[in-house]
Amino acid sequence: MRKERSQPGYALRAAPAEGGEQVMHLSGRVSLEDAEELLADMVTLSDGEPAGAVHIDLAGVTYMDSAGALTLFRFEERLRREGRPCLYTGFSERVRGIMGLIDRREMFRSPLREESRPAGLVVALGDAGFKVYADFRALMTFLGDLVAAIGHLAGRPGEVRWGDVLSVMRRTGAEGFPIVALISFLIGLIIAFMSSLQLKQFGANIYVASLVSLAIIRELGPIMTAILVAGRSASAYAAEIGTMRVNEEVDALVTMGFEPIRFLAVPKLIGTVLVLPVLTLYADLFGIFGGLVVGVMMLDLTPYTYLQESQRVITLFHLLSSLLKALVFAFVVAWIGCQRGFEVRGGVEEVGAATTSAVVTSILLIVIVDSVFAVVLHYVG
Amino acid sequence: MESTGRDPVKGGEPVIVVEGLTARFGEVTVLEEVSFGVHRGEILCFVGGSGCGKSTLLKHVIGLIRPAAGKVWVDGVDIAAGGEKELNAIRKKIGVLFQSDALLASMTLGENVGLPLEGLMGLSRETMELIVRMKLGMVNLSGYENHYPAELSGGMRKRGGLARAMVLDPQILFFDEPSAGLDPINTAELEALIREINIGLGTTIIIVSHQVELVLRLADRIMLIDRAAKGIIATGTPAELRVSATDPRVRDFLFRPGGVPEEG
Repeated sequence: MRKERSQPGYALRAAPAEGGEQVMHLSGRVSLEDAEELLADMVTLSDGEPAGAVHIDLAGVTYMDSAGALTLFRFEERLRREGRPCLYTGFSERVRGIMGLIDRREMFRSPLREESRPAGLVVALGDAGFKVYADFRALMTFLGDLVAAIGHLAGRPGEVRWGDVLSVMRRTGAEGFPIVALISFLIGLIIAFMSSLQLKQFGANIYVASLVSLAIIRELGPIMTAILVAGRSASAYAAEIGTMRVNEEVDALVTMGFEPIRFLAVPKLIGTVLVLPVLTLYADLFGIFGGLVVGVMMLDLTPYTYLQESQRVITLFHLLSSLLKALVFAFVVAWIGCQRGFEVRGGVEEVGAATTSAVVTSILLIVIVDSVFAVVLHYVG
Repeated sequence: MESTGRDPVKGGEPVIVVEGLTARFGEVTVLEEVSFGVHRGEILCFVGGSGCGKSTLLKHVIGLIRPAAGKVWVDGVDIAAGGEKELNAIRKKIGVLFQSDALLASMTLGENVGLPLEGLMGLSRETMELIVRMKLGMVNLSGYENHYPAELSGGMRKRGGLARAMVLDPQILFFDEPSAGLDPINTAELEALIREINIGLGTTIIIVSHQVELVLRLADRIMLIDRAAKGIIATGTPAELRVSATDPRVRDFLFRPGGVPEEG
């Protein structure tokens, strides 16, 4: 019995032949657009037929692409599994060329590596643990290298690349100053405003000044400045050194006899350590100024009263501890930023990951170090 | 009547026509009033020294840059004047192998090659996987579908990029410096692949390169671009140019005794 199927692209006609065989006449376009439909139609027309050979006549095919050829091979593979031979007739040189390009044995071969599947919870936890351990080790190893490099250069200040130090100070300090000043001013303003809403009820307006000054100098000034510098500079250090690794510039330095950590990381460390305490002082000043604006404009305090109250609560110890924190935070920012840059091994995509990781890790460490400071200074102070 | 596969006649009707193309970056004019046609099924190579505007010309023809002046017809559509919709329709008919292979690092090779298939409706996952395997088989990368680009050698990445470029059986394939960064063995493999694709699928191939030896072996036609002239200074088959080119710039670049000319 003759059977037919057609789609906008092709027409398929099947007829029984002698000896239980079947002939399929395919015409029109055999292409990717109708690949699924063609396979389904061929299977439908061949199902329920005697288990003889199927002859596919391609004489009417006007166009065939590689996906079309693939469809024929898939049908052939299906027949083979049923023990039915498949034979092609009437193909042009063009169709033969396309079909000849496809290596069927290679196509049905298993991948050299299995597709990676999401690991189970226990495996994922184990992997995460190993990663954290490996990361900690890498950080500590780099810290050791960095300290050794500083130790080496401490006795040979002439070997320090002071030009690079100045450049870091300019980029981290001078160029970072406006954003640090603005954010500190706004933070001071917000704390003063929020606290005034409560303190006003008790007629304790004057304590807004002491609250703002203490909060800014003891905590927010150093930590906000460090977080801003981590966002601006740790990422920049990681991106710069990471890109240099990808471009083999770090390898070039080694072959020229330079020690990369001394050459690249130490200037960044010195520059950041020198500039962050200064930025913190500015942040403290602008934070207090922000509070003063609220005190003068909303709480009817005079600038003199506000500043006098601030001066009363701020001690030299608070100021020095603020600067000490800034020094340690600066060290953390430079250490993590440079380490993440040196960690880049592959291509440019790793530079992006290193940059993100530099910011996240330095902020995390800054907060951890700040917590330690909070406890230690409580007992020391 | 539509022919089976691509039109096999090299030198048939033009599939790309460029008329009076001027490419400008700010005040700098790189190409001026360039006109040429590309015949269906041919292998056309643009050659010229570094900085002569070969890659710029390529980017104009594939619609990545709009020309300062002139027209670029690809398969009858003026892509210089058309909108994004027309450009996207044309982009389905072309494939590009970039100089740096441009495989997405966050995806496996299989996912990279299958990427152009994702926009197609009604294609089952099994079919997509088989097409990817078929294309990887064509470029001798069977079994590597689950590898990431970073785990492959330069030559393998290049072939992977080619598999992705040809996954939709494009009418036209563009190659930007196909042999850049490849050793002679990988270059020869890629060269054989280009020839197979051209003959087997009838794909029109456009190659931009300064590797004169590769171009002389592969090209049906060569166009030599000159930086000072800001355009094409010679066109012809390798044999025609060898016999009839009298311009010293052409002879010096293509047939200099002792091999490939200096970059510059």
